[in-house]
Amino acid sequence: MSGEVILEAVGLKRYYQIDRGAFKKPAVLKALDGASFKLKKGSTLAIVGESGCGKSTMARLVTMIEPPTAGQLNIGSENVTNASAAVRCNLHKKVQIVFQDPYGSLNPRQKIGNSLEEPLLVNTPMKKGERREAAQKMLGLVGLRPEHYNRYPHMFSGGQRQRIAVARALMLNPQIVVLDEPVSALDVSIQAQILNLLTQLQQRFDLAYMFISHDLSVVKHIADEVMVMYLGKPVETGSREEVFSKPHHPYTRALLSATPVADPFRSKERIVLRGELPSPISPPSGCTFHPRCPSMTEECKYTAPELVKKGGCMVACYHPKTY
Amino acid sequence: MPLLEIENLTVSFQTAGGQFTAVDKVSLHIEPGEIVSVVGESGSGKSVAMLALMGLLPWTATVTADRLAFNNQDLKTISKSELRKIIGSKMAMIFQEPMTSLNPCFTIGFQLTETLKIHLGMNRAERKKRAIELLELVGIPEPRKRLTAFPHQLSGGMNQRVMIAMAISCNPELLIADEPTTALDVTIQAQILELLLNLQKKQGMSLVLITHDMGVVAETAERVAVQYAGQQVEKQQVKGLFSNPHHPYTQALLNSLPERSNSKILPSIAGVVPGQFDKPKGCLFSPRCDYATTKCHTIPPTAASEELGKALCHYPIVDGKPTNYPEEVNP
Ligand SMILES: Nc1ncnc2c1ncn2[C@@H]1O[C@H](COP(=O)(O)OP(=O)(O)OP(=O)(O)O)[C@@H](O)[C@H]1O
Ligand SMILES: Nc1ncnc2c1ncn2[C@@H]1O[C@H](COP(=O)(O)OP(=O)(O)OP(=O)(O)O)[C@@H](O)[C@H]1O
Ligand SMILES: [Mg+2]
Ligand SMILES: [Mg+2]
Repeated sequence: MSGEVILEAVGLKRYYQIDRGAFKKPAVLKALDGASFKLKKGSTLAIVGESGCGKSTMARLVTMIEPPTAGQLNIGSENVTNASAAVRCNLHKKVQIVFQDPYGSLNPRQKIGNSLEEPLLVNTPMKKGERREAAQKMLGLVGLRPEHYNRYPHMFSGGQRQRIAVARALMLNPQIVVLDEPVSALDVSIQAQILNLLTQLQQRFDLAYMFISHDLSVVKHIADEVMVMYLGKPVETGSREEVFSKPHHPYTRALLSATPVADPFRSKERIVLRGELPSPISPPSGCTFHPRCPSMTEECKYTAPELVKKGGCMVACYHPKTY
Repeated sequence: MPLLEIENLTVSFQTAGGQFTAVDKVSLHIEPGEIVSVVGESGSGKSVAMLALMGLLPWTATVTADRLAFNNQDLKTISKSELRKIIGSKMAMIFQEPMTSLNPCFTIGFQLTETLKIHLGMNRAERKKRAIELLELVGIPEPRKRLTAFPHQLSGGMNQRVMIAMAISCNPELLIADEPTTALDVTIQAQILELLLNLQKKQGMSLVLITHDMGVVAETAERVAVQYAGQQVEKQQVKGLFSNPHHPYTQALLNSLPERSNSKILPSIAGVVPGQFDKPKGCLFSPRCDYATTKCHTIPPTAASEELGKALCHYPIVDGKPTNYPEEVNP
């Protein structure tokens, strides 16, 4: 049923050990430092934030490519962390991923048809003929042609390759698809084709999307819920309408105001942040955004703010904007 | 008098499959202090056109033009050494991939001061002082320390700023920035655009901004040239371009922007840009154009008037509708 929670993450964390040479202690990099969210059938949760804030790390945890360092992940009624091998195998089929790079994600020596059939070969008892039929049907679904079955990736344009990557992710009838920057490498006109394809497939199969992007105009178009991340932590979450019309966190507001708007008649105030994203190995104390924050005060330097309800959003800030 | 004049620039490459025309009769005039944006799909020849101007293409490229001039100086006939004096000092370029244009083996400081040595003949102390000044100008914290850093020790955004510092080190009159912010986060992008606009305002520098981000175009450019499959299909003031595009490609491009659409399904342009082997006979956009007629499929269009943005179209669009459109066909 549409709207039913199909995936739930509670306090998800992922830390990496970084070796710093023979004479230094290894450092801990907190790529993801506590994220909780729910994913509903037929709807899209967008994850936004600057490079290195942990978006792809989150994608790897949700797709079970990597285990979390701490926290809990439930898919359907199963707790992934304690699940048996057989259950996990089943869960793997339910969650699929489309990677950012339409050039790197397909094996150049493998025909498109084989590339689409591979997940079926590995995960199902389907026979050769059945697999072929399924692959050709899927090609049609993503707007490609049956004769593309025997071609190699280099014979396709970037947009077509992204269609193939989407097709491959759908072969096992997943319920959840993680889309890691699926349109970032594409031209505007091709981007529109792929966004339309994703919308149509979602409606048809009631798919839940986790949509990772740094392009807020795309997110505003496709998302139902939005989660804004900064240095491994969510700083604001809420419905698309709330986040875009009443952003509370200074970082969300800075992101929104920095996003260029394709309207030369509009003049807008711009919050230009100073400085770079700090190193996640030695993040700033207290609220990690404080060195770049225009609303920073003394208290921000000491303890990190918790996510609290503010209007329709959850916000981690001592000085959120009120409306 | 325009600072830069490009008249009917054509570039073709010798390839295994024969000659390939990457840039087809492109013209561009830039006035002093002006910001002009060049937009278009990937592969439409934006970078190649500018590299041709700078004389930076490989030997497989054939470049022809009716006129290529900088400050009224003919770039086609001047000597190699004269050209080298202009490029890098009066006319500078920020390349599309910062990591490939910074040398990984040399420190930031060395790369910055080399340019100053070659073009301005400053002594060691002057060069160091100027290098620090430049890094400060592009917003790099602790510039003195960074002089000894190697490119891989800095983030993408920092390297991009070092590139800009190098490009502006000799106070160029013209800066060509090829996708200067594409790989960067929006907050860093905003910083870099602000920096470029400041330079343009304070030093009266002209700026050619190549990008496919229509948001960036709307917020920075004064004039825009649109390219499609190597051809310039439209040229307009930025406001005119966004409110009254004259070429069907420009119109379709703007319509497919998520932020300009109210419906969940976006009006997208079907198909892809033609390649070397499937160039249509008539208008190059005709296979993807909603308005294409038999004439469009068979006869290449000529440029419309100045008022119609020189649109390369048989039926230039005015207020959203094609003009002189044959009555029997309904788009
Ligand atoms: N396997 C790993 N070992 C060590 N550090 C890692 C590893 N994977 C990611 N990181 C670090 O974790 C942080 C988050 O990385 P992640 O790839 O999730 O960022 P992201 O938000 O997807 O960024 P982008 O927008 O650039 O894709 C980064 O600082 C990254 O360097
Ligand atoms: N050295 C070369 N030999 C042959 N063809 C080339 C060469 N360099 C570029 N091209 C071709 O010229 C065309 C124009 O390329 P160009 O790099 O100018 O595109 P662009 O508009 O800058 O695209 P993008 O937005 O992707 O940067 C492309 O089809 C490209 O493949
Ligand atoms: Mg990522
Ligand atoms: Mg280019």
